[in-house]
Amino acid sequence: FSGGAELLFDHIKKHQVSLPQQNDKWTIKKLLIWMKDNLLKERPELFLQGETVRPGILVLVNEADWELVGELDYEIQDKDKIVFISTLHGG
Amino acid sequence: MTVTCSSCDKNAILKRPKTGDALCKECFYFAFEEEVHHTIINANLFVKGETVAIGASGGKDSTVLAYVLKVLNERYKYGIKLILLSIDEGITGYRDDSLETVKRNEQQYEMPLKIVSYEELYGWTMDAIVKQIGLKNNCTFCGVFRRQALDRGAMMLNVDRIVTGHNADDIAETVIMNILRGDKARLRRCTAITTGTEGALPRSKPFKYTYEKEIVMYAYFKKLDYFSTECIYSPNAYRGFARTYIKDLEKIRPRSIIDIIHSGESLSFKKEVKMPTQGTCTRCHYISSNDICKACVLLEGLNRGLPRLGIGKTHKERRKVNK
Repeated sequence: FSGGAELLFDHIKKHQVSLPQQNDKWTIKKLLIWMKDNLLKERPELFLQGETVRPGILVLVNEADWELVGELDYEIQDKDKIVFISTLHGG
Repeated sequence: MTVTCSSCDKNAILKRPKTGDALCKECFYFAFEEEVHHTIINANLFVKGETVAIGASGGKDSTVLAYVLKVLNERYKYGIKLILLSIDEGITGYRDDSLETVKRNEQQYEMPLKIVSYEELYGWTMDAIVKQIGLKNNCTFCGVFRRQALDRGAMMLNVDRIVTGHNADDIAETVIMNILRGDKARLRRCTAITTGTEGALPRSKPFKYTYEKEIVMYAYFKKLDYFSTECIYSPNAYRGFARTYIKDLEKIRPRSIIDIIHSGESLSFKKEVKMPTQGTCTRCHYISSNDICKACVLLEGLNRGLPRLGIGKTHKERRKVNK
């Protein structure tokens, strides 16, 4: 997390997570739900809007824009690195 | 699943909101820098030999601006001297931290830095102001004071021009905000790339057509050092509504941001519409469209314990000042 987003996640920028095994693939959509229940410590409305991230929060999957890999529908692979950057602050 | 860059064969890392193109890191850097360069050249922003002060807050826009201007100045030989100018509004926990970032930028980019504070200019810090007036309308005070502070700081340094990191998203927000408030005078001026040419120091926005998303991605990939926290007093600012709207729009149709700016640039006003004329403040001689400039009115209010002076309907407040 960066750009201020880390403040909602215990002020910790890097989180190493192991997602529980399940039958369906883990998509980012499912990851967000999991994050809301397990990692998000406060003010969910500042990070999530409906099923997706709040507009103004950039998502990078393995150092690439998530818009290039299908956004919410991207299927997460082992050892993937996902970065959430907030742009919602002064410049 | 990887997407290839539209300009070369490498893997793409970003999808540009402006064009929808997928670009790799190097092509992105190039596109980003070249567009700012073209904005500067097309608007004739700089004159060789000028000294330019960069309004630096330590935030993403001003840090990236300082970095890119340094790169372009060297690459294209603009021949300008760059300095960093920072304003200390006196907001504990926000501004003191971001000033540390600017001090690091001073080292990293090898540019001289000057810091000017509200305390020394006006005798009031934002913390003290908020204590006096509460949590509403703080941004009015801060914005008005900051503009003057930038000009005064720049005059102390004898610069020829000020540049700020306002990006396309900011300008689109301002256009919408001014429409929502019926502020015709500002609506007419807000899309100009350079403002304040008569009388005050010219002030330009090289990032006028640069998307905020790209500025953040540029800073991320180049690992540029910037400070990122929301000002503790800002949650009630009116601009927040315009910002949310713009962000929602960007998701549906990313080109909207640039298109709103183009709409704003194309606006012309009917002859019958009354516009304020520009003069100077009778108290401090700063540029103003009224007898007494906004900063003086606000300060008067603070010093007299009339916190709402300068906020709200003008004629009521004018009468109070003239008493």
